[in-house]
Amino acid sequence: MIADLTDMLTGCLIMFAVTYATKAVTLLFIKKDIKSKYIRSFLYYLPYSVLAVMVFPTILFCTSSIWSGLAGTAAALLLSFFRKGLLPVSLAAIGTVFVTELLMYFL
Amino acid sequence: MKFTRGLKDGLPIALGYVSVAFAYAVQAVGQGFPPWFPVLVSATNFTGTGQFAGTNLIAAGASIAVLIATMLVINIRYTLMSFALAQKMGSGFPLWQRAILAFGVTDENFAVAIRQPQKLTFSYLIGLMSCSFCGWLGGTALGAGVSELLSAALAGGSGQAYYDMLMSALNIALYAMFVAIVIPPSRDDLKIFLLVAVSVGASCLFYFVPVLAALPAGLDIILCSVVCTAVIAYFFPHAEEENTAAPPSDDNANSDVKTAGRHGDFTTNSDPGNGKGGAL
Repeated sequence: MIADLTDMLTGCLIMFAVTYATKAVTLLFIKKDIKSKYIRSFLYYLPYSVLAVMVFPTILFCTSSIWSGLAGTAAALLLSFFRKGLLPVSLAAIGTVFVTELLMYFL
Repeated sequence: MKFTRGLKDGLPIALGYVSVAFAYAVQAVGQGFPPWFPVLVSATNFTGTGQFAGTNLIAAGASIAVLIATMLVINIRYTLMSFALAQKMGSGFPLWQRAILAFGVTDENFAVAIRQPQKLTFSYLIGLMSCSFCGWLGGTALGAGVSELLSAALAGGSGQAYYDMLMSALNIALYAMFVAIVIPPSRDDLKIFLLVAVSVGASCLFYFVPVLAALPAGLDIILCSVVCTAVIAYFFPHAEEENTAAPPSDDNANSDVKTAGRHGDFTTNSDPGNGKGGAL
């Protein structure tokens, strides 16, 4: 843990400022339409790319062992492929990781 | 469009938010942050993906410039949502009301508000947003509290091994939720699948190639997502319906609202294009 109190408060303030600015700027000031098909496409696609980049490959290494990470990732991929909701997918991944690590602990 | 109607519409969103916020708080406390920190962040930010990335960056000791740039990239979609919302709200809202409502713009609140057939009122929007915000803040507080209790109850002795396993398992919670947001639309839309595949490839490059991995934390998210999205948007622009006022798209919109409410995701696997199309 590197962050001290100042880092945390500064970080939180920056997060608040940027987040609020992105939410408020058009609601408060702009009255014109965003016409460009390219910009609209870009803004539509961006969240998917951001999530994909944040998740892979970090998800494989976010648990104590690569094996439990792989097992949990597989569970999440499988269930979300069959369109299960956020909560079921998440719980299944947590359960799979926990059971895998439990097995590794005792075997 | 009453306040109570907003509260009612916000309830399913709030329930979905509880689990996401819970996972966020558990992760933050697991990284070593004191329990008040995720609560403070949730109270001031009200955005899932952005908070998660920002908190990770603060833990990694990222520079202020990287933190600002990352938050900007992740949250820039709100600019478009607020824009669509502003169009639908019309000119009847004074500046101070807009300033308050801006805080409550999230993917789900936007999705629900933009699809209301009636004229939006301040009291309806406040009801909707305050209800889902309570779920967000409550879930965060719950997650932070539970993490602290567990660590106190299981610390030391044989309980420590189980605590470590549990925390390790909970670490995957948010990532798994993000997978559940990305995969279903990737099945439906080949362009999104392509974008996700390219993004994952780029991300792996930045993770495994030593020179790229040595770059400051967070830069990978910005570079990979902006470049990949720019390329895909250029070659395969997203097709938007020109006129979505017709009844068929309304059915579609309604089912999207249910999806958004149930899942409580922050990046709209409900199609924001539909909502925007309806408003503009």
